[in-house]
Amino acid sequence: MADLSSNLAGIRSPNPFWLASAPPTNSGYQVMRAFAAGWGGVVWKTLGDPIVNVTSRFAGLNLGANKMIGMNNIELITDRPLADNLREIAECKAAYPDRAIVASLMTDCTQRAWHDLVDAVQAVAIDGFELNFGCPHGMSERGMGSAVGQDPDLVEQITRWVKEAARVPVIVKLTPNITDVRYTARAASRGGADAISLINTINSLMGVDLETWNPIPHVDGKSSHGGFCGPAVKPIALNMVGDCARDPAVTVPISGIGGIATWRDATEFLLMGSTNVQVCTAVMRDGFRIVGDMIEGLNNYLDDRGIASVAEIVGKTVPRFVDWNDLNLDYKIVARIDPETCIGCNRCYIACEDAAHQCIERLVDERGATLLEVDEEHCVGCNLCSMVCPVDECITMVRVDDGQTVHTWRERLSLPS
Amino acid sequence: MAPSLRMNPSHQLGPPMAEPMTPLDVRVEANRCLNCYDAPCTLACPTAIDIPRFIRRIAAGDLAGSARTIMEANPLGASCARVCPTDELCEGACVYAPDNAPIRIGALQQHATDWLIADGRALFTPGPASGKRVAVVGAGPAGLAAARDLARAGHAVTIFERDPLPGGLNTYGIVPFRLPAEIAVWEAEEVRRLGVEIRAGVTVGVDVSADELCAGHDAVVIACGMGAVPALGIPGADAEGVFDALAFIRVAKATGAIAGLGATVAVIGGGNTAIDAATCSKRLGASAVTMYYRRGPERMTAYGFEIEFAKAEGVEFRFNVLPKRILMTAGRVSGLELIRTDPDGSARPLPGTEHVVPADNVIPAIGQTKFGALLDAFGVVHEHGVAAVDDAMRTNRPGVFAAGDVMFRSGTGDAMVVEAAQRGKTAARSIDAFLRERTA
Repeated sequence: MADLSSNLAGIRSPNPFWLASAPPTNSGYQVMRAFAAGWGGVVWKTLGDPIVNVTSRFAGLNLGANKMIGMNNIELITDRPLADNLREIAECKAAYPDRAIVASLMTDCTQRAWHDLVDAVQAVAIDGFELNFGCPHGMSERGMGSAVGQDPDLVEQITRWVKEAARVPVIVKLTPNITDVRYTARAASRGGADAISLINTINSLMGVDLETWNPIPHVDGKSSHGGFCGPAVKPIALNMVGDCARDPAVTVPISGIGGIATWRDATEFLLMGSTNVQVCTAVMRDGFRIVGDMIEGLNNYLDDRGIASVAEIVGKTVPRFVDWNDLNLDYKIVARIDPETCIGCNRCYIACEDAAHQCIERLVDERGATLLEVDEEHCVGCNLCSMVCPVDECITMVRVDDGQTVHTWRERLSLPS
Repeated sequence: MAPSLRMNPSHQLGPPMAEPMTPLDVRVEANRCLNCYDAPCTLACPTAIDIPRFIRRIAAGDLAGSARTIMEANPLGASCARVCPTDELCEGACVYAPDNAPIRIGALQQHATDWLIADGRALFTPGPASGKRVAVVGAGPAGLAAARDLARAGHAVTIFERDPLPGGLNTYGIVPFRLPAEIAVWEAEEVRRLGVEIRAGVTVGVDVSADELCAGHDAVVIACGMGAVPALGIPGADAEGVFDALAFIRVAKATGAIAGLGATVAVIGGGNTAIDAATCSKRLGASAVTMYYRRGPERMTAYGFEIEFAKAEGVEFRFNVLPKRILMTAGRVSGLELIRTDPDGSARPLPGTEHVVPADNVIPAIGQTKFGALLDAFGVVHEHGVAAVDDAMRTNRPGVFAAGDVMFRSGTGDAMVVEAAQRGKTAARSIDAFLRERTA
């Protein structure tokens, strides 16, 4: 059994799987159930002045028969009184002292407001704060959430205010709705943050109802942009996490968030520099029970490789996430199609023919069956054919250069690194 | 436009062989399709329906587009969704078939065509009038397919049909729990909406002669199919309680009952009509239904899924036996004498193996008679009633074409509805070329 315990800037949890600040962490009842299921930590649904919500609030992105490969929401921060939340936080902590409970905070943009909120919340035994500088909807129109998170100066300033008052580690949660997330990540570092978490949700409009022409989701026929999350955002999140992880001016650990649904997703975020991960959408779809699969899957992965602890894999892929200018121009792979496992759907053929480099030929073998063959001379190794192939391992990408040389664009132009 | 063809709803005789898919089933199944390019399912379809396209359109919520894709390629697309041996055609060719999980193409096709039937919109329009007149003999699958495409090409088409309703065997000869008559009649109605005249109750060769037809039209398609089940030719074959399988199905479908049906039924034959007669007997209340076939199970011409269905309905099978005599009591069937045949597949009777089995009814389903005399009247060369045609469905006589069962050679298994539809399409294309050539 590998050591799955995690330590994010001093916040310890028995495993790296936290629930993100969101509807699943809205109440003590839910958090108790989450801890019973095995979650290592929770970030409580954002505390602040209780708000009034609308109905409806969520919408799902479906792909074919797959429901909810993404979702968006226009729900705001907690709508429950602070005193109720604090009492339940204390009860949960008492029941599960080994788990991490982090309080997400959002308030007006004044030093006084932040100091008051921090003081009020840390009156109960919490393990850390997470500053919600990310929510793109609703609260941003009141000068909070992503309205703060899009301004590096405000991020730095508020982080500093919170650090003045906080007696526990402070995580700054970043919004992806910004041109280059490194600027706000650096600002959080400068402001004294102990860690950053990313990504919050992405600005989105889920859809338009073709029968009514209402936007989706709608509130009495109207809608507003919402925060997008779920498996569909994972590549965006992973890129931003990687960008922060490899930036020398971002000096704090990272809590990775964005489309994590399985142990595999989580492990990718760990390898890309996340010390732990936070999950929401997958739980909204399948419930708290999924954490058991994540814990065991990660443990099996580590055990199979003889890796003793999660901490050993954190950031292992970061050095391999580089500028395009540093990629090896001499590296050459081509597609190989295994005729034994090919089922003859011709998907690779039409993809290459119409959308890539016209390198797959349809031949007829001695038995009269269609045989697909790659023109290796012209194949550029783009991967598209293997991506559209429904059969695992039927199309493999095979290295054909001798592996002896490395030439990069940076070298070619003699650019400074 | 002429009033709709009228009919009483056919009697269903119990639940359909395949229930319509639920919306959830449709969504999962349609999205499971890989959307193959140059897809093997389409290559395996005699009418070359672009199957990935119609499934993709279901998945994308365009049922009108889906139904159009089906009906464009196959004017009998609703019937074929129910009666095609899909495991031998599209579903058998599906890239998922080797994993025993082919896409359920037939069921999806039924979903799309059921939608169209309920919607009621017209998908096609007649082409600009060519001034040419074409006669079609028979409103079965081949005749309807030919007429549909001829009308779309702008020709004035008249179908001569001896039965009161169009649809041929689809309307009269297939059990209703497999193919309700309403589906077949709807397909004919769609053809009529294109301006095709269907003169029902008119028998060519009786009510109108072959010469009159040829004289009054620029081209003729003979799509008369085949006739009744031939007589058994054994003692007792005319006893009360002996039914021609096709007549039996026809009456059962129209009235929901068969007068004189007893508890023990013997069906003679090994094809799909024999299966239909057997399952129909079961549904009508016969307690013991047995199919007697002169060869072994591997030689049966019935589709595998039909045989499995019959087994599930409780029909029993006896192989390598030949009927020798029908026993009578007071003119009514009281038993069936059989003789065993050589199991080598020759169907040669083995003397001394005679035995009697109980039977209240005997239903021969041993093929169909041919319309050789009608072909003679048209001056069309034929072989034992099978019209000789080339690949373009041309007979020896210029301007006279043949499609469907009338030109299918025997011994190649049961002719499929989908094959008849394709021959009808081919005949239409060929006639269109013939007529335009003459005009040019």
